[in-house]
Amino acid sequence: METNNTCKMVNIYLYSRYERFWHWLQSALIITLLLTGFETNSLYSLFGFQRAAEVHNFVGISWLIAFLFFVFWVMTTGEWRQYIPTSKKMVLVVRYYLYGIFRGEPHPVPKRKEAKHNPLQRIVYLILAACLLPIQMVSGFLFWGYNSWSTWGLGWLSLKVVATVHLAGAFAILSFLVVHVYMITTGHSLTAHSRAMICGWEEVEERDAIGEWEVKARAKSA
Amino acid sequence: MKRVESTGSFVLALWLLWMNPGISAANPAEGDPAPGREMAQQATKGPKRWITADHGKHPVLQQPFTSGPEVTKACLSCHSEAAAQFHKTIHWTWIDPTSPKDKPAGKGGLTVNNYCISIHGNEPRCTSCHAGYGWKDKNFDFTDVSKVDCLVCHEQTGAYQKFPAGAGNPAKEPTVFKGDGKEYLPPDWNKVAQSVSRPTRENCGVCHFYGGGGDMVKHGDLDSSMAKPSKTLDVHMGLDGKNFDCVRCHTTTTHQVAGRIYSTPAATERTTLAQDDLTPRITCESCHTSKPHKEGSKANDHTDKVACQTCHIPEFARALPTKMSWDWSTSGKMKDGKPYKEKGPLGPPSYDTQKGDFVWDKNVKPQYFWYDGTIDAITAKDRIDPSKRVALNWPVGNPGDPRSRIAPFKVHTGKQPYDTVNKTMLIPHLFGPPDSDAYWSKYDWNLALEGGMKKVGLPYSGQFGFVETSYVFPTTHMVAPKEMAVKCNECHTPKDGRMANIEGVFMPGRDGNRTIQTLGWIAVLGSLGGVLLHGLGRTISRRKKED
Repeated sequence: METNNTCKMVNIYLYSRYERFWHWLQSALIITLLLTGFETNSLYSLFGFQRAAEVHNFVGISWLIAFLFFVFWVMTTGEWRQYIPTSKKMVLVVRYYLYGIFRGEPHPVPKRKEAKHNPLQRIVYLILAACLLPIQMVSGFLFWGYNSWSTWGLGWLSLKVVATVHLAGAFAILSFLVVHVYMITTGHSLTAHSRAMICGWEEVEERDAIGEWEVKARAKSA
Repeated sequence: MKRVESTGSFVLALWLLWMNPGISAANPAEGDPAPGREMAQQATKGPKRWITADHGKHPVLQQPFTSGPEVTKACLSCHSEAAAQFHKTIHWTWIDPTSPKDKPAGKGGLTVNNYCISIHGNEPRCTSCHAGYGWKDKNFDFTDVSKVDCLVCHEQTGAYQKFPAGAGNPAKEPTVFKGDGKEYLPPDWNKVAQSVSRPTRENCGVCHFYGGGGDMVKHGDLDSSMAKPSKTLDVHMGLDGKNFDCVRCHTTTTHQVAGRIYSTPAATERTTLAQDDLTPRITCESCHTSKPHKEGSKANDHTDKVACQTCHIPEFARALPTKMSWDWSTSGKMKDGKPYKEKGPLGPPSYDTQKGDFVWDKNVKPQYFWYDGTIDAITAKDRIDPSKRVALNWPVGNPGDPRSRIAPFKVHTGKQPYDTVNKTMLIPHLFGPPDSDAYWSKYDWNLALEGGMKKVGLPYSGQFGFVETSYVFPTTHMVAPKEMAVKCNECHTPKDGRMANIEGVFMPGRDGNRTIQTLGWIAVLGSLGGVLLHGLGRTISRRKKED
């Protein structure tokens, strides 16, 4: 609505039905886990401790199962390439969010079907999906299976350590969520990004199909 | 596109499939009982008893009797080994069989409590609860088989009474006991002897409901309300529940009644009837197994560290008040030169010249300790530290021991005499004839302590003071219906929870890493502040541009 660039805008189909379904399912799961998890840490009373713990366990295990399907999808569809980190244009993207965005400059790396994530997103989502979420799932699964530790040969584990890791992970995810929700509003219009994640289509500037930096990253990974 | 779609619906289907048991666990539906409850119900079906003899037809029980030992001899003429068996039990010896000979533990040993402290010197009164006849002083012959009182445990008339100060003997002629003002009649021996059967609640209750010299005094989970309890008071014993008598769980072989004996646990192994059909039914798990709750229920994960009683006995003394504290130091006050009693707010006296100040309480939340099934105690020979409250006994257990679990206890506090020079607990002579040195005769502590310690054969310096003490009772009866079980957040709470003093275990909701919490909130609020500033910056810069 208030973009000042003169480029022609085109609608591209960015997110497939499964991606959108997965995104919203995972966000529902994570928000439920945060709500119930912080309640079992006695932060507030919402569902009651017992119900909160039951829901947390159930949703957590559900997420774990669903996440395995996501991993399968990412691997078989080649979408894992979207997460390969790159330093190319990273400085430009950081400069954009710290400076350019206030000047109304165009985004240095517009979205493309083949490159949905800008370099900053790549590194953040890679850390999230390959590191933070798995840590949370593993620590949560261990927490859940506490009584079986000795049968699993994990008798040396400390529940206190597992619980602390799990709590630290929860805070990291909550912090991510805060920033992530804000970033939705930073598209070329306030609702452009959310529309894309709901309908699949996002309006982007018409440019080359794939940026030069993207080609090089592919060549390197191949 | 097709493939993606079908993957999505498969995940959804799996998720819904997974969701079902979770939902049913959250809303326990009737007709889908917990396996442990089901097993216990199967194990206890068929309450019918059978007996192949009518004791009323035995000529040996029709002869004239004038005393208890005569009846016992008649019993032994058929049950030839009964007395010898009984002589080996704690009910007879009142001594912890595992304690050292020079420092015997138990009522008959040198253990002291914070009620009437010790039986020594006070035998005729205390041994009215001995299943024997004539334990009136330390010269009682523990090898005499005819001194076993078969009747107190086996008679079913309900009319058999031992005189409260008769050293275990019933009254020879109608006698009034000054302590309660009631008249005690000699038993109709033949009627009583012919009525014998397996012990009922009433038999056990005659002593165990009235421990400490009166109803409700000692245990907190055992008092006269347990003679005919409702299901709400005790699911197992309730007349409208399973209607168990004591021996249903306190199973007995050759007069050895299953149960804890001081430092011998009630059961060393957590064996169920399914593993061994002759195992004593003394633990909850004997019938209910170690996974008593519904499959997948979090409660099943607690059974390794938390005793069943901890959640299933939310409070003790739920029908009648129990004594929680006894201060001997205030005893001896007179009103108009006479001993007196003051009625307390819950009914029983709050002051008694003979005994001092009492605190009674009802619906008491237990205290919790790590417990391996044994209780250790000091004796009158052990040195104490009078600078702090002296634990006269305490639950043994620690978080690292796989046999130890968190279990509920009644803790009775007291203030009682100790030797300020020798630093030992003192045993007073309380009960005796009016002209004796007994405290309840002359109200002179020094005389009573000198007399008591002389009778038990222990040194007394002549200097005494009063020290605060504690005495524990495991809480295991008065199991409440499952709806009344302790709720999760009564323990999983950061402040003042039931488990506030339990160490050595990490409890979600109670224990959290404060550093991580502080850093976590700094990170979250920092992120929030950052994006708000960023958003503000965008709004301002956009306005400027539009201007």
